[in-house]
Amino acid sequence: MRTNRIAAATALVAALTLTATACGGGSSSSGSGDNSSPRTLTYWASNQGTSLDNDKQVLEPELRKFEQQTGIKVRLEVVPWSDLLNRILAATASGQGPDVLNIGNTWSASLQATGALLPFDEATFAKIGGKDRFLPSTIASAGAAGKDPAAVPLYSLAYGLYYNKKLFQQPGIATPPATWDELVADGKKLTKDGKYGLAVEGGNVSENVHHAFVLGKQHGADFFDAAGKPRFDSPEAVAAVKQYVDLIAKDRIAAPGNAEYSANQSVTDFAGGKAAMLMWQAAGTSLKAHGMNPEDYGVAPVPLPAGATGGKAVTSMVAGINLSVFRNTKNLDGSLQFVKFMTSTEEQKILNGTYGSLPPVKDAQSDAAFSTPELKVLSNVLGSSAAALPQVANESQFETLVGTAVKSLLAAAAAGKAVTDDTVKAELTKAQQQMPAS
Amino acid sequence: MGKRLARIGLPYLLLLPALALELLIHLVPMVVGIVMSFKQLTQFFIRDWSAAPWTGLGNYRMSVDINAPVGRSLLNSFWVTCAFTLLAVGLSCLLGTTAAILMQDTFRGRGLLRAAFLLPYALPVYAAVITWSFMFQRDTGLVNHVLHDQLHLTSDRPFWLLGDNSFTALVTVSVWRSWPFAFLTLTAGLQNIPRELYEAAAMDGAGIWQQIRRITLPALRPVNQVLVLVLFLWTFNDFNTPYVLFGKSAPEAADLISIHIYQSSFVTWNFGAGSAMSVLLLLFLLLVTAVYLFLTSRRRDADA
Repeated sequence: MRTNRIAAATALVAALTLTATACGGGSSSSGSGDNSSPRTLTYWASNQGTSLDNDKQVLEPELRKFEQQTGIKVRLEVVPWSDLLNRILAATASGQGPDVLNIGNTWSASLQATGALLPFDEATFAKIGGKDRFLPSTIASAGAAGKDPAAVPLYSLAYGLYYNKKLFQQPGIATPPATWDELVADGKKLTKDGKYGLAVEGGNVSENVHHAFVLGKQHGADFFDAAGKPRFDSPEAVAAVKQYVDLIAKDRIAAPGNAEYSANQSVTDFAGGKAAMLMWQAAGTSLKAHGMNPEDYGVAPVPLPAGATGGKAVTSMVAGINLSVFRNTKNLDGSLQFVKFMTSTEEQKILNGTYGSLPPVKDAQSDAAFSTPELKVLSNVLGSSAAALPQVANESQFETLVGTAVKSLLAAAAAGKAVTDDTVKAELTKAQQQMPAS
Repeated sequence: MGKRLARIGLPYLLLLPALALELLIHLVPMVVGIVMSFKQLTQFFIRDWSAAPWTGLGNYRMSVDINAPVGRSLLNSFWVTCAFTLLAVGLSCLLGTTAAILMQDTFRGRGLLRAAFLLPYALPVYAAVITWSFMFQRDTGLVNHVLHDQLHLTSDRPFWLLGDNSFTALVTVSVWRSWPFAFLTLTAGLQNIPRELYEAAAMDGAGIWQQIRRITLPALRPVNQVLVLVLFLWTFNDFNTPYVLFGKSAPEAADLISIHIYQSSFVTWNFGAGSAMSVLLLLFLLLVTAVYLFLTSRRRDADA
């Protein structure tokens, strides 16, 4: 009995020591994936549809199609937006990640800097059908300039101004606003009887930073200088952020409660007629899900300052989702086959058609499904007046820090506190000082 | 001789698995964390953190430099956390003690009420806290509906999850979550007090307040000592409640230190700084715990 116990204890210790060595010795930092597990793949999809389950319903038939073609089984996990970046970071730190994953295209350069994603050089691109199949602007948002992209574009999106045609008719507004002055004037006419001119998603850090970026471009602000150093609190950036916060603070055309919104309540408000305008990326599918008829709303580009031209005539960021291969994959060939499948013209039509986004693959975009009035406007925006967020390694920190600064400014405005140039500047300076040195 | 060696050696051998596990689960990550706190660990190095450059005390200097925003906001969240912990633990103990004493008497429906009291403790944290966050919504939440629409206690609908009120919201949810634990522990403690003590006291003419003050509270002291320490550590380090309530960036008034460290590590991707702040927090908690244990044990010795 005693010897048994001793033997068991010794075995346990031995096992633990082995595990410890296995954990500690696993830091293989070099090289890319192998093909030791060619029959399965794990895919982390970002939440694109109306819910995680909706995404599963959309994607699983396509994954079965892929399995029939190649014999490779794909295990799908849909990750909510709020978790995605952390999950990717954790996977990067541990080396235990999925084989193929979705990333937000604005994070491309940040994630590229970790070295966890497979670079798409010429040879890799050749395996998935070539670089020229994609729109150049979407490739430009797949990694820092001068480096091999860390991803390929999968879904493309752009911001548009959605407006409720019926609500616009009542005060006799004939056309959607083209300048900010017009938007504020229209908004004031529409703000009455508990309804508001505009809905904003003030608690959502990403939404905030996207609007800050576009308005920043319109004011001539760059959040990073040519050397890649942050410049969050330039007078132009202060003016841009203040203009956005003023929608609640001074113009009062957005409801104070919007400062709390972070679960797409602004889309619900717009669909329900509680707000007459909404700046959103490809809202069509969500609006339909909320029971809003496509005839009842129109889409126009986001307003510009009067007379804006050239580099200041930006109405959207280049939004979209990219597809990346995790460098540690145990099925490199299969992963690239999967990327090829997902970016094939046919799959691009199916997936983008379902999600209401635009295909970054040229051949797919000519399909009739993408020539609805909404998507035509967004496609034009993407082609002519959209700018990519800074493709620098610290982009994701910029997104969260500036987005958070705007969030607290909106909260202050909603609570009735005065928002001045100085308070805006102070918040932006604080955000900049929190940037880690790089 | 061999037999003696076996007698001395066996206990140690049997302790070995536990020791190995302790090493693996607690010590190794702790040492790794401490090493990380001396490194400039950003996204460029997280794949192979051992290659990150050393910065010496740089991360610590940044964390405690109250003239710069990082140190200043860390200090702010430290004070917020202290105030939050004192309030939440105090209120939880008060509620738990009151309920435990009241529930000592048998009455109809006691079992049902007791089960209802334990509900917050049994619910999954996420589900419970997300429900609270719905209730605290300014325009659609139940809290404002009751306070403003029905009782007309506020002139306007206040925000509960933004601005200064967020502290109140945080304390409310935290007390709601932790008082059942105090209740449960104290109920168990009360059952160990012999009924004869109360009978004797009643015979001597002691009223209910005197009984509570002279019998119940002193008898509960050992239980309370553990309870306060455990609640203090849990509440001070609580991450789930603020994270579900406010997300990645809490309002300044409710910026608990756990969220703050999380933000430094995972939102700004400055893992070295996050580790340094964690080490500072660990040192503080060790200090408080040591002082607390020292004081309570001295009191016990004095009592004995």
